[in-house]
Amino acid sequence: MVSVKCILGSVYALYFHIGETEKKCFIEEIPDETMVIGKYRTQLWDKQMGSFLQTSPGLGMHVEIKDPDTKIILSRQYGSDGRFTFTSHTPGEHQICLHSNSTKMALFAGGKLRVHLDIQVGEHTNNYPEIAAKDKLTELQLRARQLLDQVEQIQKEQNYQQYREERFRMTSESTNQHVLWWSIAQTLILIFTGIWQLKHLKSFFEAKKLV
Amino acid sequence: MMLSRNILVQVLWAYLLCGWTFGSELTFELPDNAKQCFYEDITIGTKCTLEFQVVTGGHYDVDCRLEDADGTVLYKEMKKQYDSFTFTAAKNGTYKFCFSNEFSTFTHKTVYFDFQVGEDPPLFPNENRVTALTQMESACVSIHEALKSVIDYQTHFRLREAQGRSRAEDLNTRVAFWSIGEALILLVVSISQVVLLRSFFSDRKTTTTRVGS
Repeated sequence: MVSVKCILGSVYALYFHIGETEKKCFIEEIPDETMVIGKYRTQLWDKQMGSFLQTSPGLGMHVEIKDPDTKIILSRQYGSDGRFTFTSHTPGEHQICLHSNSTKMALFAGGKLRVHLDIQVGEHTNNYPEIAAKDKLTELQLRARQLLDQVEQIQKEQNYQQYREERFRMTSESTNQHVLWWSIAQTLILIFTGIWQLKHLKSFFEAKKLV
Repeated sequence: MMLSRNILVQVLWAYLLCGWTFGSELTFELPDNAKQCFYEDITIGTKCTLEFQVVTGGHYDVDCRLEDADGTVLYKEMKKQYDSFTFTAAKNGTYKFCFSNEFSTFTHKTVYFDFQVGEDPPLFPNENRVTALTQMESACVSIHEALKSVIDYQTHFRLREAQGRSRAEDLNTRVAFWSIGEALILLVVSISQVVLLRSFFSDRKTTTTRVGS
């Protein structure tokens, strides 16, 4: 009874509209070894009824997930309701892209889709009542487990932060090097071309017997 | 009688449970001249917070607008880099918030937002709290809340760092290209100056009368 209400109601809380052939991407910047669970529900716009259908059989969504090196780590087709999971192996910006499996051409497809989306990252992916039941934990043990998971996530994020700060520092130092060497190079070019100009023109005028 | 009471209790539980919703936190790319709207069904009396930050792109600003179920504008800001808005839902219905990059002609932006609706679900949904929490349990709850705010600060820090890093990388590319470009321009201009001067004197060689000869 509870699950029925939840499914019809606000489980996948946030939603947005996309065109039928449109691709929508979301970015998740996460440390490594972090689990991400995404759940979505799609509804198709019914022109005759003027509203979104509750169920849309035959409608599917293609989910594509790219890692920070733009390598595809998941590329699968799901139904109109789907759930996808992945665990990051490299820290960085992962891209989650969704588009429907509509085969119509972009010009003719005037349909609209309502996509309910919920992406949970890291310790939010843990289902604590399930863990309590599986490991038979008391309330205090479960709370301790939740705190441990949170602290682990904080620790991973701090490690990732250290790695990113290093990259930032390398970029700044590279800019510094560029500015330094190119300034020196340009000054030298200026001096040498000035000297060359004068020498060349002097020999030219001497040859023309103007000097 | 008992059956209908059971059903009533179930329905009340269903409403109560589904009143607890997680927050939604997403980062998406907003192309130039584009607008992206998000909708959420909220029940009356729920405390909600909308927080957004522009991560990369242009002047790192975006227009944001939050409307309630009847279309009344609750929050509207133009060209904001970062903001946080808390409100309590006064009506039932679908609330809508939109991010607009329509003022920008060619920069696309990456926007992060965090829309918290209501409270986090309790750890034990089936408990009926008759007794108060023990000291250990309330200590755990306060540690949990503190850690949640640590994670929140970390997220903000990560976004600011991403913004700084994106600016630094832009600067690096610009400095590299501009330096090379300037060196080439320098060479080209100095060589063409000499060539031009030579051409002036070569043309007038036959017609110039020599001064002082």
